Amino acid sequence: MDRANTLLRALTRRDFLLSAWPWRAAGYLASSAVTGVLALTGLLVLAGFSLLLVGLPLLVLAGTGLAAVERRRLRLVDPEPAPGPHRTPGEPGLAAWLRLRLTEQATWREFAYGLLYALVLWPLDVLAVAVAVALPLAATAAPVQLALDGEEARVVKTVLVTTWPGALAAAAAGLALLCLLLYPLAVFAGARAQLTRLLLAPREGELRERLGEVTRSRARLVAAFEAERRRIERDLHDGAQQRLVALTMTLGLARLDAPEGPLADRIAAAHEETGRVLEELRELIRGIHPQVLADYGLAAALDDAADRSAVPVDTDVELPRLDTSVESAAYFAVCEALTNAARHGGARRIRLTARHTGALLAVDVHDDGRGGADPRGGSGLTGLADRLAVLDGTLTVDSPEGGPTLLRVEIPCRAR
Amino acid sequence: MPSALRVVLAEDGVLLREGLTALLERFGHQVVAAVGDATALREAVAAHEPDVVVTDVRMPPGFQDEGLRAAIALRAERPSLPVLVLSQYVQREYAAELLDTGDGTGVGYLLKDRVGQVEEFVAALARVAGGGTVVDPEVVRQLLRRRRDPLAALTPREREVLALVAEGRSNAAVARELTVTEAAVGKHIGNILAKLGLPPAEDTHRRVLAVLTYLR
Repeated sequence: MDRANTLLRALTRRDFLLSAWPWRAAGYLASSAVTGVLALTGLLVLAGFSLLLVGLPLLVLAGTGLAAVERRRLRLVDPEPAPGPHRTPGEPGLAAWLRLRLTEQATWREFAYGLLYALVLWPLDVLAVAVAVALPLAATAAPVQLALDGEEARVVKTVLVTTWPGALAAAAAGLALLCLLLYPLAVFAGARAQLTRLLLAPREGELRERLGEVTRSRARLVAAFEAERRRIERDLHDGAQQRLVALTMTLGLARLDAPEGPLADRIAAAHEETGRVLEELRELIRGIHPQVLADYGLAAALDDAADRSAVPVDTDVELPRLDTSVESAAYFAVCEALTNAARHGGARRIRLTARHTGALLAVDVHDDGRGGADPRGGSGLTGLADRLAVLDGTLTVDSPEGGPTLLRVEIPCRAR
Repeated sequence: MPSALRVVLAEDGVLLREGLTALLERFGHQVVAAVGDATALREAVAAHEPDVVVTDVRMPPGFQDEGLRAAIALRAERPSLPVLVLSQYVQREYAAELLDTGDGTGVGYLLKDRVGQVEEFVAALARVAGGGTVVDPEVVRQLLRRRRDPLAALTPREREVLALVAEGRSNAAVARELTVTEAAVGKHIGNILAKLGLPPAEDTHRRVLAVLTYLR
């Protein structure tokens, strides 16, 4: 098996007997008695109920409960956590949960494990501990028995010992046997752990499915964020901006009508101030979501971003219309890159190239700045990479100290 | 230039629509129709045959560029209809698309903020109504910063002149603005046209073509 079983690997180490591993193995198998007895009792009771049919789903789901305990117990011998294999129900409510559980393959695997465990596995576990640990320990206790009794001791209830050398020999043999038997015991415990993991840990397909679920929910979050951005932009545009324009207009008219004097000067000052507020608001709104992106698409929006960059930008952009989410992610990535190049990179010239070939959008931002940009530095670049990752896109930054910096955004997507 | 213009106004914000109407009437113009969406705009133009149309870019139902699309459609039907488009944003694409309609004269593209400068705004409207071409100074400024290829050959002074031409100024106005003689402006414009590869021709507006080159 690919996943290294730490217990089995520990067997090959010279200090195995001195480590905690033999005792963990013994503890794992011994504690099986407790859960085993409970499982068997539960099985019998629920099986009885099942004769009245109501217990049948309960019986199946009891396997899930037992499996949760068993996955925890696995920690004793397997440091790698075994996560639950179940999916989260798409909707709340007991009915949805039940429906999902009963249709999952994992539930039935857990049920099978529960049956196997209650009827076969736990007695085997207990037997193994008894043979490998209890028996040798009993032999080791021979001198104690002799001392208590004074005359004789029955080693492991069979061999009769009456002399001290005999008792000590029995103890030595017991100790030697214990050392010897701890190895097969560890092998057994390791194999048991593997079996538990095989039946109770999620399979490859289930893991992939859950990953897909996470990716989808992340994409939904980003889409919601994007929608919210648009809503804010529209609210500002239709509300505050409109009112401000109307206000500057009123002030402009008032300026015309006001007779010269301090009042006219104040109106003029207010008028100019409103103009500046409008300008700031316009820039703010553009930063939230540029309208050109919606109307004309990424190519125009990139040209536009290049137009307003503080550092001159040479553009070479040829793109079809792409998905809104792709266009938006690529646009904000480029804006961030342009800002970084100007603010931190000290660039004097930027080259922006964007192409869509096959099913891949590739945007390069190349600047002649001093380099040293690190996407792992917790900067805006990390946020960009996260945002692109939602679309399966990637952000590559090649920025040696001293420059130049090449930032490449790639997003797999089809033309719209 | 007609002194009293018959204007059709399209703007979805009630506050602004009322304000614009009051402003235009204050300057002696007549707003024959003030509407709130692109469809109503086209109907109003058909019904009133105005001297000039003033329209917002973003309008119902989609709140994207319906107003601009309506303006372009109107210009396709009536190439000589003067249209002034007001936009909340500076957008080279908007200006370029608009100038591509008809022969590029009698159109204007202004930032909405400009209505606050009431006299300048009314003057720009009159220029558009009179067949002039007006491009917002902000668009011009961005383009200048970019120094695009066809313009690389122009001297800084020639760029200044072209920028003012794009704003719809006459040679005399440009001369006043730059405090040079009108003859000097004429010479600059001649040089600009030559450098942009626009030979003299009777039936094209070379000044508009120069502005277009500048926008693309």
